[in-house]
This record gives sequence, structure tokens and C-alpha cells, in this order.
Amino acid sequence: MNESAEVVAGAFIFIGTLICLISSVGLVRLPDVYTRSHAASKSSTLGVLAILIGTQLYFLISEGYFSIRLILGIIFVFLTAPVAAHVICRAAYRANVPLTETSAEDELKDYFESNKQELSKTEMKNE
Amino acid sequence: MKTNDLILQTATKTVVFIILLFALHIFFAGHYYPGGGFVGGLLTSGAIVLLLLAFDVKTVKKSLPINYRLMIAVGLLFAIGTAVGSFLFNVPLLTHAFGYFTLPLLGKTSLHTAVLFDIGVYLCVVGATMTIIETIGVSE
Repeated sequence: MNESAEVVAGAFIFIGTLICLISSVGLVRLPDVYTRSHAASKSSTLGVLAILIGTQLYFLISEGYFSIRLILGIIFVFLTAPVAAHVICRAAYRANVPLTETSAEDELKDYFESNKQELSKTEMKNE
Repeated sequence: MKTNDLILQTATKTVVFIILLFALHIFFAGHYYPGGGFVGGLLTSGAIVLLLLAFDVKTVKKSLPINYRLMIAVGLLFAIGTAVGSFLFNVPLLTHAFGYFTLPLLGKTSLHTAVLFDIGVYLCVVGATMTIIETIGVSE
């Protein structure tokens, strides 16, 4: 009974730490803010979720203790980590952080420029 | 440029309720598990700060019309009230009492007057934190 808990939880936690390691390698290796945020947000979220699920399963199988706080933590991390990455990327784009040279397309650029021109027009009218 | 914070605001609307529920849980679990008035109060003010980040000050003031300075005063009153209550039973200052009661919905519950003191701590922490942040945020 106890051993099976250790095996299942150990597998989950090992996979989670591996994914986190891959995420940190991506953080070092990738060229610009946007690709780095891509690596950091997605895979580290999945890694943390796997570790939390492993912990939950361990206590559930070995001690029969169902931790609602871990479930809440899983939902919370799953909800907030992508939003945080989105906000950071947006702030970077608005601060004119350049894309890497190998990137082929910037679809947001046209929209962003036209928005900027409209804003300056309305400001002129107001003045 | 028109600001477009739809994702942040929608996520905030969901997440704030989780944080507030967790703060309530931490506050009431304080006697038997880690937690208590201080951590619960800080978590609550963290939820309000998240609202302030996602929306502006006016909207938050409208949806939460709380005078935080009054909140500190009420919290201190709660703490002093538990101290004065011990005089009524002719015991030393801040002596707490507890007992088991059978409540209609919750069943057998242990009620302790230390919770009243904790409510005082909670209100003081939320009031002080929010007063500091609002004062810094509004001044130009």
C-alpha cells in the first residue's frame, strides 16, 4: 500500500521536475523575451502541476488524506501563470522590446501602429 | 491608445474569490493549523490589491465602500473588548474561555473567545495595509 503510493507519487514528481528543468534550459537558450516567456510559462506551469498532483496522490494513497488546499493550488497556478506571462509579454511589446531577428512575422505591429496614429489624431482634436 | 485589460480583469474576477475564500480558511484554521488573523488579513488585503491592479481606484472604492481607518479602530475595539470581557467574570486580564456548542448547521463546534481577538488582529492588519497602499497610490 505504502510502496505503491511512493511509486506513483515519485513518478509524477520526477516528471514534474524534469519538465521544470527543461523549462529552465529553455529560459537560458532561447533568444528573446517572447520565446523565453513561452518556455517559462507553459512548461514550468505543467511541471509545478505535476509535482502538486504527485504530492496530492502520495498523501491520498498512503494516509487517506485529501488535501483541498493542494487542489486549490493546482487550480490557482493553472489559472494565474498564463495570465502573468500574457501581461509580461504585453508590457514588453508596449515597451518596444525587439523580437529576435529570425522571427518572420509581426502581425501585431500594423494594428499597434494604426492604434497609435488614431490616438495622436484624437489628441490633436482635443487640443 | 484604448487600454484593453480583458484577460487580466476576467482572471482577477475569478481569482479574487479563491484568494478571499483561502484567507477565510486560513483565518478560521488558525487555532488548530498554521494560519491566523495576521496571515488571513494579509491575504485579504492582497486580494484587494489585485483588484486595485486590475481595475482603477474609483471602481474598487465603489464596489468596496470601506473606510479602512475606521476598520483599524473597530479591530482595536474587538481586541480591547475581549480584554474588558474578562473583568466581567472576575478573572485576570485577557483570560480566554472556550466551550463546545451544538449549532444548527455546523453541528458540534468549539467556540473560543480567542477568535474574537483574532478578528481584531485581522481587521487591524487589513485596515493598516490598505491605508498604506491607498495613501501611496492616490497621492501624486
